[in-house]
Amino acid sequence: MSENKQELQVAALKNGTVIDHIPSEKLFTVVQLLGVEQMKSNITIGFNLESKKLGKKGIIKIADKFFCDEEINRISVVAPHVKLNIIRDYEVVEKKEVQMPDELRGIVKCANPKCITNNEPMATLFHVIDKDNCIVKCHYCEKEQKREEITIF
Amino acid sequence: MENSSLVTIAEHSKEKILYMLEMAKQFEMNPNRRLLQGKVVATLFFEPSTRTRLSFETAANRLGARVIGFTDPKATSSSKGETLKDTIMMVSNYADIIVMRHYLEGAARYASEVAPVPIVNAGDGANQHPSQTMLDLYSIYKTQGTLENLNIFLVGDLKYGRTVHSLLMAMRHFNPTFHFIAPEELKMPEEYKLYCKTHQIKYVEHTDFSEEIIADADILYMTRVQRERFTDLMEYERVKNVYILRNKMLENTRPNLRILHPLPRVNEIAYDVDDNPKAYYFQQAQNGLYAREAILCDVLGITLDDVKNDILL
Repeated sequence: MSENKQELQVAALKNGTVIDHIPSEKLFTVVQLLGVEQMKSNITIGFNLESKKLGKKGIIKIADKFFCDEEINRISVVAPHVKLNIIRDYEVVEKKEVQMPDELRGIVKCANPKCITNNEPMATLFHVIDKDNCIVKCHYCEKEQKREEITIF
Repeated sequence: MENSSLVTIAEHSKEKILYMLEMAKQFEMNPNRRLLQGKVVATLFFEPSTRTRLSFETAANRLGARVIGFTDPKATSSSKGETLKDTIMMVSNYADIIVMRHYLEGAARYASEVAPVPIVNAGDGANQHPSQTMLDLYSIYKTQGTLENLNIFLVGDLKYGRTVHSLLMAMRHFNPTFHFIAPEELKMPEEYKLYCKTHQIKYVEHTDFSEEIIADADILYMTRVQRERFTDLMEYERVKNVYILRNKMLENTRPNLRILHPLPRVNEIAYDVDDNPKAYYFQQAQNGLYAREAILCDVLGITLDDVKNDILL
């Protein structure tokens, strides 16, 4: 029953993007990474919804907003298997999964306290060296970090 | 400007490494060449390192450059809270090249991105120290006549020792066989063993350090086992005398064997080794001068041909 209702809500979006299958505990990080607070359009955020795959999931529906790959791929660090539904005129015209980008600029904090990026007012830069296992390497101190160790600003 | 800076030699091609060694060889034949006359070299040492600084400053002086800089960060404005960027921008107004040692990792990379003049990394925390690697390579090349197909034994602290990590990566072009000799707590980290595997570098691990194990070594690269690296001091007490090289261990080693050490040593090479002709660590430090003269010239766009043709001055 709840599943039907959700579908109904998705279908209610005329034009825009539905970001689905966000693990619940990552929802607000994703909200922050996408800058949802600053958006002016009609936005629905669902939290702790039931999901067969994830147990609990989050969902974000944003009217009249279409992300470019660079914008959306930022969230892959925290939520790698998120699904995007692009809606135009009430129809899902495209489904895609977020991809790890090759570089992460200004998103991840370096875990090395002796890294220059933690001691100088500057943006961090990480190279993604293993997309499947989400291993990133600091451009500056050259230390590698695994997904579990990654902290977002 | 990033391209002409020297931050790491990890990305250097085989050709570039051999080219730099050839240039160092030219400087060994004649270290006094006024190729940098009229240039100003800044040596910014945010962390003291007398040995490296003296070597770079000697290199600059022998090339005819003048040297400015500081040796003690407490006396500079970084102690007042100035950012690295501001310091670098200010010094770039005065100098043609900046040689920089910093206690933070990645500092040299960042400086090379903001500075309008080339940066030479003289060590950034535990990260990179390319001029040390270059002089290590030059010492191996000079004593063995080649860099190809050598048995290189790394001994001591293989976990934190950045010189051994950089050497390992730089040697990947030359088909070496590495032997890693270290106590359990200071073993070669997994990421470097993985590096060996992906680059088809052969390696063998040992925890014993004995005459038998080093019998077929061409290069014995000693490093210091530091007390402060151990979480378990019992373990330190147990191993501290295991990784000491003594003269009698060298009796049956290969005639071409040479012993290297980045210095300073504490007790990991017994003093009775110093008189053995296989001891090479002091000449190794001297090679640093030639390697650094080559580095200063290279980042300023002076080529090997320029060095070879320098008969005018």
